[in-house]
Amino acid sequence: MNNIFVYCEVTEEGTIADVSLELLSKGRKLANELNIKLEAVVIGDQITEIESQLFPYGVDVIHKAQDSRLFPYTTLPHAAIVTNLFKEAQPEIALFGATSIGRDLAPRVASALKCGLTADCTSLEIGDHTENKTQKTYKNLLYQIRPAFGGNIIATIINPDTRPQMATVREGVMKQEIVSKSIKGEVNVLDIDKYLSNETDFVIEIIERHVEQQKVNIKGAQIIIAGGYGVGSKENFNLLFNLAEVIGGEVGASRAAVDAGYVEHARQIGQTGVTVRPKLYIACGISGAVQHRAGMDQSAKIISINSDPKAPINKIADYTIIGSVSDIIPKMIKYYKANSK
Amino acid sequence: MYICKLFNKQNKSIFDTMSFRIVVLAKQVPDTRNVGKDAMKADGTVNRAALPAIYNPEDLNALEMALRIKKMRNDVEVIILTMGPPRAAEIIRESIYRGADKGYLITDRKFAGSDTLATSYAISLAVKKLAPYHLVISGRQAIDGDTAQVGPQAAEKLGIPQITYAEELISVDENHIVIKRRLERGIEVVKSPLPALLTVHSSAPDCRPRNAKLLMKYKHARTVTELQEETRDYTELYTKRPYLQIEEWTVADLDADVEMLGLSGSPTKVKKIENVVLQQKDSVNLTDSDKDVESLIKELLATHIIG
Repeated sequence: MNNIFVYCEVTEEGTIADVSLELLSKGRKLANELNIKLEAVVIGDQITEIESQLFPYGVDVIHKAQDSRLFPYTTLPHAAIVTNLFKEAQPEIALFGATSIGRDLAPRVASALKCGLTADCTSLEIGDHTENKTQKTYKNLLYQIRPAFGGNIIATIINPDTRPQMATVREGVMKQEIVSKSIKGEVNVLDIDKYLSNETDFVIEIIERHVEQQKVNIKGAQIIIAGGYGVGSKENFNLLFNLAEVIGGEVGASRAAVDAGYVEHARQIGQTGVTVRPKLYIACGISGAVQHRAGMDQSAKIISINSDPKAPINKIADYTIIGSVSDIIPKMIKYYKANSK
Repeated sequence: MYICKLFNKQNKSIFDTMSFRIVVLAKQVPDTRNVGKDAMKADGTVNRAALPAIYNPEDLNALEMALRIKKMRNDVEVIILTMGPPRAAEIIRESIYRGADKGYLITDRKFAGSDTLATSYAISLAVKKLAPYHLVISGRQAIDGDTAQVGPQAAEKLGIPQITYAEELISVDENHIVIKRRLERGIEVVKSPLPALLTVHSSAPDCRPRNAKLLMKYKHARTVTELQEETRDYTELYTKRPYLQIEEWTVADLDADVEMLGLSGSPTKVKKIENVVLQQKDSVNLTDSDKDVESLIKELLATHIIG
């Protein structure tokens, strides 16, 4: 069996994106289970010192393609490098972040290699499979588990016959874990002239680009107070911010609240936002559509504050308070201050 | 409209006679966003057959982008391609009511069970049949599969550049298009030579509504399969008004390799499907009284969840 490859995205700041580090952590675990190597692919410009960021995650080999034309990301050169590298290395498994880069790149590579790709996996496991018709058995396949049908079903997808088995995974789904700060592996500098054509691969021109630095990061917060459409207004969201400040948490939101302009998109939790796993999740005026629940149902304790006793989120809450957010949150702040040291 | 036609005729020798052809890829999908009480079975699972069939939302954004280009020039042809069972012809009618010129339904039992690779293979063959074209535009993803893969995979097979997450059309001419893309934490404006494939994000402008005149003109548009199921005899109508015929393309029309379609052409296989069942947790119900709120806070403090 050949190895696991993880495509690593390079950020504006020249670091490796969190989602790629999370996938390396998962890749390391899968590699250990299958007794194969973990290899990283990094394509960019200012990536001279990138090894020091990657080796601690247990990467055995880093494949590096460095050129000023390779950052910011554009489809054709990255697809050409990854496709050709995969044709040579024949990976067993290839993982990409389910980001605007990964969801642009991975399908293009999978099409070129005529292999299977599963998008937005929420879980990856190793297992066996027996085909019903032929009774042919496959061992140690990658189970690619993901929601489908708007989140109403969970599907386990496999690619029994084609390689690499490709999957994209959203940020925050896998846990980021360093193996050891003192690990060193190999670096393979790719000869990109072998893979690229200046006439055809660089036809897309980036005219303008405005990417903000991540100001808000709610992923790792241990306490999250999330507001939904039921909060009612941008002003009312201040109540949530006040509570967050008092009890030491972060403010999140459902898609409906973000679409209504109550808070910024970086705070969105759910299938098209961030996945969180805090020890306490306080849902305020959130009805709890399946797409939202997908991003927070792994929270250790869930409190739902809602004026609607029939809101779906109440079914997964440990505590449900029926009432209005603007009544209840000030009370929570008051009693927290009165009872805590 | 008439002035443009006249203009075109008079200056035929100056303008390129080739039309600016835009192929819009659209899909009919079950409405998975609004799983209401009627679509839920007693055991808490979704009854997929009960969900209404709709025009995939982001494909409507794609159609709107095509129609805006049509308004900017006088030589644009917007052609819809939809792949699905016979009733997906509805997608073509809905597109024409909004301003598309015509459409083709790609339909054949042999497509059943296709994953994104097999689907993009069939679609790329259909697009090649419509060559030469300037643009292929589709929605970013469909609300049933949620993969966002068919667009980029079709682009790869067609050997053309792709621009995904397209939010706004900045400019377009015979040779280039400039598009603003919506990224996670910002925007990017890119220029691509044509032909190119775009996938359009829901943050792009919504599609215009049906046009009453077009609806009246095209409401009897049908595929042959649909006509066979009708009780009324439309033969005379279709001879007089050939624009009402919606053409169906089968595997034979696409000259497709059957091995690359359906289950045999799909490297991904579904091993298992589990329904998401809303389980009732043992939850504590509280009122908004001071007493209840305070006791909750005290309990959270005592168990060190907060404080």
